[in-house]
Amino acid sequence: MALDSKVPVGDIETKWDDYRFDLKLVNPANKRKFDVIMVGTGLAGGSAAATLAELGYNVKAFCFQDSARRAHSIAAQGGINAAKNYQNDGDSVFRLFYDTVKGGDFRSREANVYRLAQVSVNIIDQCAAQGVPFAREYGGTLANRSFGGAQVSRTFYARGQTGQQLLLGCYSALSRQVQRGKVKMYPRTEMLDVVIVDGRARGIVVRDLITGRVTSHAADAVVLATGGYGNVFYLSTNAKGSNVTAAWRAHKRGALFANPCYTQIHPTCIPVSGDYQSKLTLMSESLRNDGRIWVPKKAGDERPPNQIPEDERDYYLERKYPSFGNLVPRDVASRNAKDVCDEGRGVGPGGLGVYLDFKDAIGRMGRKAIEERYGNLFQMYEKITGEDPYEVPMRIYPAVHYTMGGLWVDYNLMTNVPGLYAIGEANFSDHGANRLGASALMQGLADGYFVLPYTIGDYVSKHMGDKIGTDHAAFRDAEAAVAERVDKLLSIQGERTVDSFHRELGRLVWEYCGMARSESGLETALEKIPALREEFWSNLKVLGTGDSLNQSLEKAGRVADFFELAELMCRDALDRDESCGGHFRDEHQTDEGEAKRNDEDYQYVSAWEMGGDASSPTWKLHKEPLEFDYVKPSQRSYK
Amino acid sequence: MGGTSSATMNLKLHVWRQSGPQSGGEMVTYEARDVSPDMSFLEMLDVVNERLIEAGNEPIAFDHDCREGICGMCGMMINGVAHGPEGGTTTCQLHMRHFEDGDEVWIEPWRSAAFPVVKDLVVDRSAFDRIVSAGGYISVNTGSAPDANEIPVPKVDADQAFDAAACIGCGACVAQCPNGAAQLFTSAKVAHLGVLPQGQPERWQRVMDMVTQMEAEGFGGCSNHYECEAVCPKEISTDFIARMNRDYLKATAKGRKASPGTGQSIGNG
Ligand SMILES: Cc1cc2nc3c(=O)[nH]c(=O)nc-3n(C[C@H](O)[C@H](O)[C@H](O)COP(=O)(O)OP(=O)(O)OC[C@H]3O[C@@H](n4cnc5c(N)ncnc54)[C@H](O)[C@@H]3O)c2cc1C
Ligand code: FES
Repeated sequence: MALDSKVPVGDIETKWDDYRFDLKLVNPANKRKFDVIMVGTGLAGGSAAATLAELGYNVKAFCFQDSARRAHSIAAQGGINAAKNYQNDGDSVFRLFYDTVKGGDFRSREANVYRLAQVSVNIIDQCAAQGVPFAREYGGTLANRSFGGAQVSRTFYARGQTGQQLLLGCYSALSRQVQRGKVKMYPRTEMLDVVIVDGRARGIVVRDLITGRVTSHAADAVVLATGGYGNVFYLSTNAKGSNVTAAWRAHKRGALFANPCYTQIHPTCIPVSGDYQSKLTLMSESLRNDGRIWVPKKAGDERPPNQIPEDERDYYLERKYPSFGNLVPRDVASRNAKDVCDEGRGVGPGGLGVYLDFKDAIGRMGRKAIEERYGNLFQMYEKITGEDPYEVPMRIYPAVHYTMGGLWVDYNLMTNVPGLYAIGEANFSDHGANRLGASALMQGLADGYFVLPYTIGDYVSKHMGDKIGTDHAAFRDAEAAVAERVDKLLSIQGERTVDSFHRELGRLVWEYCGMARSESGLETALEKIPALREEFWSNLKVLGTGDSLNQSLEKAGRVADFFELAELMCRDALDRDESCGGHFRDEHQTDEGEAKRNDEDYQYVSAWEMGGDASSPTWKLHKEPLEFDYVKPSQRSYK
Repeated sequence: MGGTSSATMNLKLHVWRQSGPQSGGEMVTYEARDVSPDMSFLEMLDVVNERLIEAGNEPIAFDHDCREGICGMCGMMINGVAHGPEGGTTTCQLHMRHFEDGDEVWIEPWRSAAFPVVKDLVVDRSAFDRIVSAGGYISVNTGSAPDANEIPVPKVDADQAFDAAACIGCGACVAQCPNGAAQLFTSAKVAHLGVLPQGQPERWQRVMDMVTQMEAEGFGGCSNHYECEAVCPKEISTDFIARMNRDYLKATAKGRKASPGTGQSIGNG
């Protein structure tokens, strides 16, 4: 299979505008004749659904939560980037593009990233007009803060709840279209298969989570906006329901899965407190604007932080990276935290933590200013740990946070399956091997508000009048397969709960395919994961029935998919015999312990095609070579 | 030091079990043993559920997702208080260090005519979505917005809008209100958009439509008990209710009528 990225030719600065001009338009009267399925109502899906409906398309939108407003985008804290240059500090579209390509360790597609930087400015305009209460200066203009991997202040924010406010903006735009009858919402509904007829995506199969009914929906195009797969690790900052199922079922139907091993470990999360731990909580990266990260110089120093004198503290990021200091990119910050803990200098239970200290900032600006900036984060920290971060430094440790990998898409955000699109965190497109802070919200909204609504028209207009209904045999077959799988999960009646399998799987992936990977470790994982998967399918215990709300059954279906994904992640990590961004292979590091790329052999996107059968899946690798015409690949340096 | 407390406790839980929307329910008693004070309330329920499954009993169904107090998915009555004893806290953020060994805990779903029970502790809150659909937005199509700094917003207004917009739509306000009123939820959205310059053109129609829809959904009337504010995990102020009432009166005085089609509950049946 030849992978065609469909990146238009021409100068990077004018490419998108020229291309948009050439795209086939659908006249307003005809848009009414097209139906689009939107799976997911987070920032990506919500913005796309609302915009498509405004344009006149008929949209059916699905989510597994009880309301569109609860997608996990709601939890994003820190902010959203845009090249507005409101601070007049030298920012520009090109600089945002440059930072993103470099931050991604030269493993993303330049043309996509440039477009992202371009439309970033429109996003802020759109959201402000919707009434998103962004932080303001006293003069009434928008305020900014800095995020990791950037030396300009381009991050827009709404206290520590930026994702919530942006999502509520999307949700309100979506609600307006629901009222107009242009969007039909299907909450508490899970997509379990994509229906493909003559090579094109023609609809989906869903299960109503309340009644258990399995039904189909047909459309002219299907969009997956279903978020990331970080929960393969069991413990992550994702919501409990976040899953890979929609993307994975599409993968099983032929959609290529790209760069699955590119996962982001966020440096500032609250450390694990016990075996019962069900998720990890992020402390926004924005805290690194004012907090200072340190550990004791001496290994095994058990003194409380306030009793450790200044000269016995190691502010290791400031020491090693004088120009970026505490604001180095996430992968660098996370690996450094792991290193100091490996040296026995970690703090808190089990020595798996480092301090994030606000004492100097409080001294400099006063408690009130800190409260204003981070109040809700401090409160969240105190609720979870019982400690007051105004008085004692926070303890933080890296945790799985974001997945750069996802469904392979071309410049139009279409997967290799015609008519099937993937947007937001669900695709692989813009962040390369490492995402910069505040860029996921930007990408989700860029895809949904400003890219997909144009590119989708070009596709559907070429298939005008070509309708099929859910009575087509392909729908019947897919429904039967979904129902059979539900029955299978219920019929095993073994001894172990879904969560116990999920935890064990998560520990395997964390240990062998987490912050650092090695050939031997990955090979071990590739023996252990299939073995555990086999046990899952023979010893799982799910009680209850398939015809009512059954949360264990929902989880079981998702964990089954994580099992297959976990294997592919390890295969991908093994294949990529270099280090880059969030993918750190022990065998490949510079003398200073930084990720060492091998551009000669690995400057490509790994896009995997699934084959084999359910019990022993196989994968075939397709490569999309990456070219860098505008940002010259170099060893990243944040010193 | 937090995160390291070790003494575990044993609790007795009385939990509402109801197999489906049409069936009756009952309180069932469970032992929750070896509960760590560092667990969240939902992690405590996870552990109870794991043991239930291992013993061959169906786990307790409850809604949750983000588990960090922002999605608004979780919520239950804990000893008669929505989201439990700690102020400004969602159920998922409530930690067991606020309970003591030997405590008995009564756990029930939100109780409100407008929020029918789906199963165990899970309720249907879709009425909230319909209130927002009735007018909780600023009508601005994608791509038609002016440069964001062209509409300056005084910081105090932006802050006030934010305070209202912080609502997570969990429904605790309705659950705690003796009348089952949805005024706090509705007024928060009305205020968020109503204090911003961008929200002025639709201000009067919005309040008319949202209030009309709220009334059609079967929520009770507000008679100033202020219990909503007391349990709101985001501590949203009842001042917004007063503001909404004033706006509603003004809208009426201006002769605004609810938009056609507004105020029809599509029902929860
Ligand atoms: C705690 C946290 C903080 C973050 N902070 C920031 C930040 O400050 N800045 C930043 O830029 N990024 C941040 N991120 C990343 C960013 O929030 C996400 O990458 C982004 O919001 C993802 O948006 P999305 O629309 O792609 O997916 P989501 O918001 O996850 O939405 C997924 C949607 O798909 C639906 N869905 C999934 N599977 C199915 C299925 N099978 N059937 C039906 N529906 C389904 C869900 O119901 C949901 O509606 C943060 C992430 C986390 C976890
Ligand atoms: S689970 Fe999201 S608010 Fe509690």
